[in-house]
Amino acid sequence: MNIVVCVKQVPDTYEEKKLSDADKTLDRESVEGVMNELDEYAVEEALRLKEAHGGEVTILTMGPEKAVETIRKALSMGADSAVHVVDPALHGSDALATSYALAKALGTIEHDLVILGVESTDARMSVIPAMLAERTGAAQLSFARKVEVDGSTVKIERQTDTGYDVVEAQTPAIVSVVEKINEPRYPSFKGIMAAKKKPLTTLTLADAGIEASNVGLSGSGTSVAEFAARPPKQAGTIVKDEGDGGVKLAEFLASQKII
Amino acid sequence: MAEVLVLVEHFEGTPKKVTLELLTLARSLGEPSAVYVGAGYDTAKAALAEYGAQKVYIAADADLDNYIIAPKAEVLAQIVGSASPAAVLIPSSPEGKEIAARLAVKLDSGVVTDAVGVGDGFVCDQSIFGGGYTVKSQVSKGTPIITVRPNSTPPEPAPATPSEEQVSVSLSDAAKKAKVLERVSEKKGGRPELTEAEIVVSGGRGLGAAEHFALIEKFADSLGAAVGASRAATDAGWYPHQNQVGQTGKTVSPQLYIAVGISGAIQHRAGMQTSKTIVAINKDPEAPIFELVDFGVVGDLFEVVPQVTEQIEARKG
Repeated sequence: MNIVVCVKQVPDTYEEKKLSDADKTLDRESVEGVMNELDEYAVEEALRLKEAHGGEVTILTMGPEKAVETIRKALSMGADSAVHVVDPALHGSDALATSYALAKALGTIEHDLVILGVESTDARMSVIPAMLAERTGAAQLSFARKVEVDGSTVKIERQTDTGYDVVEAQTPAIVSVVEKINEPRYPSFKGIMAAKKKPLTTLTLADAGIEASNVGLSGSGTSVAEFAARPPKQAGTIVKDEGDGGVKLAEFLASQKII
Repeated sequence: MAEVLVLVEHFEGTPKKVTLELLTLARSLGEPSAVYVGAGYDTAKAALAEYGAQKVYIAADADLDNYIIAPKAEVLAQIVGSASPAAVLIPSSPEGKEIAARLAVKLDSGVVTDAVGVGDGFVCDQSIFGGGYTVKSQVSKGTPIITVRPNSTPPEPAPATPSEEQVSVSLSDAAKKAKVLERVSEKKGGRPELTEAEIVVSGGRGLGAAEHFALIEKFADSLGAAVGASRAATDAGWYPHQNQVGQTGKTVSPQLYIAVGISGAIQHRAGMQTSKTIVAINKDPEAPIFELVDFGVVGDLFEVVPQVTEQIEARKG
């Protein structure tokens, strides 16, 4: 079972995210980049499947030069090799353009499964897994909180608002995972050293067969017209409970006509 | 006026509130047509008419419910192909966003997700980075596909008599790859769904144990609210993950959000910051959640929550 894990580098949650005035895209340069947390679960799930069923785990990342830090982390967790799609022309790609480029890159890697987090913590659109399934013709097994593989059959528990659906498909399949699926491992010292020697292939647009007209700001299907930072919230009323905190809260709710 | 498609999200035929919100929104943008996929249209019919659908497309093929996501995207693509609508509005639920994603690829159209408003020219308002920025964005290629968050538009009735068109569907093999073997409900009680609820009461680390969530549930029930949980609480296994509010969980934007025993780490704030009114109960006066509140109580939640619950019940008379 050969698995590709799509991994995205995102700004650290604890840093302030900013949009650039120049082209209205997320400023990725000035912030600390980390692996999208939900992709850590994807890497872990792939490693567990490899441990159980054999095969290779390849990391696929699209992003600027510095995204290589995130690739190294995934390799140090135990993935075998990595492919980095990096080209200035990709800057500003929206979901439609990104899914096109990723699908092209997937075409260069032999695989049975693709695993990725259900969404990135920066854009939070949660559309790339479904777009990749639509583009590649692979089965869509998304929002998995449990994955079972038996030969070429993949069965997941798909998390829903009210519980879960048991969904089954044949490989090739695209599996997106939710946070509760596993506990991602920390890279060991040995893993960190080994990662430096693992194969890392860099693909430009031409290498992956990506048409420049379909990516970047001009190749995207959406555009941002304007943006504004949200004004800081006005300070509210804070009371200390002197035995009547619940009463005061009820009075506030009544004043707001909520009760 | 141009036709605007609204995908009906329903539970066994009962349209979810967000569907009625989208029909209301679509009326301000064009002529709303509802797209109903699956069994149970007879149950939905009256509500769709009441909220102003001028037309309803009905795709009731039994196979549609047996596979996830792809069949609904295929039905929508088929209707877009024949009706050439001005835009497609879809609820911004996990399923809705995935349907929109596949539809966008099929039509080679741009997709905007998580809109909190849609105006002239289908310019969308979004609230991004956990509410840190408001953005106006639009689809610049193909038919605008827009997913709209629940609680973005107050639903208003505008009774109509919609025409009905049965859509015959012949699903492609590609749409029948992910087969549903079983649907399992873990839902407890009759509480509203988290993202649709007008009021959400969430519990966090301060509760200390799973059994103390009973306090939160009782408080929530007194208000007819949904129950949420912080990541600390779901990580500890005190409450189900699907109830998690925050960056790696659900984003909610209710009229009233009450955070109980939640410190307000950025992970949590990213999921609730755009709530209209925010209330917190926490024993730590320095907790960052108090920076967001309209009303806060510094105190022991085990004292304050039972007292406020009792007060609310008493006021109901």
